Amino acid sequence: MTTDMLRVDNLHAGYGLAEVLTGVNLEVKAGTVVALIGANGAGKTTTMRAISGLLTPRQGRVVVAEKEVQGLPASRIARLGLAHAPEGRRVFGPLSVEDNLLLGAYSALPHFFGFHGRAAAELERVYALFPRLKERRRQLAGTLSGGEQQMLAIGRALMSRPKAMLLDEPSMGLAPVIVQEVFAIIRRLKAEGITLLLVEQFAKSALEVADYAYVMERGRIAVAGTPAELRQDERVLAAYLG
Amino acid sequence: MLEQQLVNALTLGSVYALFALGFTLVFGVLAVINLSHGAVFMVGSYAAALVVTRFEAPLWVGLLAAMAISGLIGLAIDVVILKRLRARKAPHLIPMIATIGVTIVITSAAQGLFGVEVQRFPEEMLPAGDFTVGDVHVRALELGIIAVSFLLMAVLFFALRRTQLGRALRAIAESPKAASLLGINVEGLFHLTSFTAAALGGVAGALISLNFNAITPFMGQPMLHKGIAVIILGGMGDIRGALIGGLFLGFAEVMSKAYISSQMGDAVAFGLLFLVLLVRPSGLFGRVLERKA
Repeated sequence: MTTDMLRVDNLHAGYGLAEVLTGVNLEVKAGTVVALIGANGAGKTTTMRAISGLLTPRQGRVVVAEKEVQGLPASRIARLGLAHAPEGRRVFGPLSVEDNLLLGAYSALPHFFGFHGRAAAELERVYALFPRLKERRRQLAGTLSGGEQQMLAIGRALMSRPKAMLLDEPSMGLAPVIVQEVFAIIRRLKAEGITLLLVEQFAKSALEVADYAYVMERGRIAVAGTPAELRQDERVLAAYLG
Repeated sequence: MLEQQLVNALTLGSVYALFALGFTLVFGVLAVINLSHGAVFMVGSYAAALVVTRFEAPLWVGLLAAMAISGLIGLAIDVVILKRLRARKAPHLIPMIATIGVTIVITSAAQGLFGVEVQRFPEEMLPAGDFTVGDVHVRALELGIIAVSFLLMAVLFFALRRTQLGRALRAIAESPKAASLLGINVEGLFHLTSFTAAALGGVAGALISLNFNAITPFMGQPMLHKGIAVIILGGMGDIRGALIGGLFLGFAEVMSKAYISSQMGDAVAFGLLFLVLLVRPSGLFGRVLERKA
């Protein structure tokens, strides 16, 4: 399959008077991992927010599984098959680990009265991927460590069996050992055939797992290519992989 | 004598809890203090009385009518007023002031429609049965009020703890944005919450007016004050806290009227609340109340 699960054309977005994105183009093919790297403030997180509908794009198109979604509310976009594990994880602290995961299936289940049973299969799949979450299923999410919360955020996003997934800075604020663990998880997601757009500060590690990568500078894509190609690019090498 | 007072206290306390639950639910989910909750409570009383007297409907139909009409008013307040304020990101004080305005409008409308004199359910419509267990004399009406209140609260607790809908509401209480990323229609659930809260307030109004058999356009205001006290006592936005706080206030009020002074009931009850807050300033179950964007 070579269809685009996610495509972004000429995306413009910003906050108030500030124009942050000035024409972003990117695509993520089904079953691939695409890395989005770049300096702080380049617009990586804003790109993700504009794709998932947390921020309404000012111009351009966002296509998820062949449906145009720009301008739709975030909840509609989620129900069309896009999962966004946001920066800072944003797990629901006062809810149990299992309640957090079950909510992840909200967009896929018939609403409101979906009791445990209906999400059970997905729950088992996520628990198989993250045995530690199963151990802590009754614990409140707010009491988990940073690394565990990141696993929960990823697990929650997987619960809806998304067509494409956005993963924003999964290694942020984590100890180096845990960062290694997070990248091991991303490799497993890739092996499972998850379609993933990954934003990362650790450009080197991101390029190791990615099939393709985009480098952002000042609100647009500056360089694009396979990881092998980017490693040859002297500018990229000096700025991000040095 | 004491047993008798305990039944009275449980009756009153369960209705206070029911009223406060709706109030605290709106605060928890919408992060708004909806001061029209007292007016909606009063509307529930009139709705039940009207349906029962004019259409000679049975009492349970009156209670359903109270829930439906109050609920729809709560929904209308959310759609017409609160939704616009949310869209403009109005600071906390604005919805409070707006809902004070709503209270004035609804209270004046009730005065205009029904007059200021006390309205009553016809005595023959009220359940007349009595039970005597030992020395305790319990009216069937009181038992009914307690049963309806606890049944509704049990349904709400179950829905919040065990259903996707309940999880979604708790998620919104924590972060509406993160909830929307999971496909949760946050605006829709704000509407549903406003409807449900007002329906609970309305049925509480109907139950209270059955208990005392007196309905006036002004009955919402003292109830609102009690509701505020209860949810502060329980911890703002905390469902369990509203239940326990409501029962506490009911007991404090009835016991102080019975054993201290019938004139000073409210003063003693609120004095006790004040003492509790001196020891636990954020309420019985209070957490730090800060919602992330």
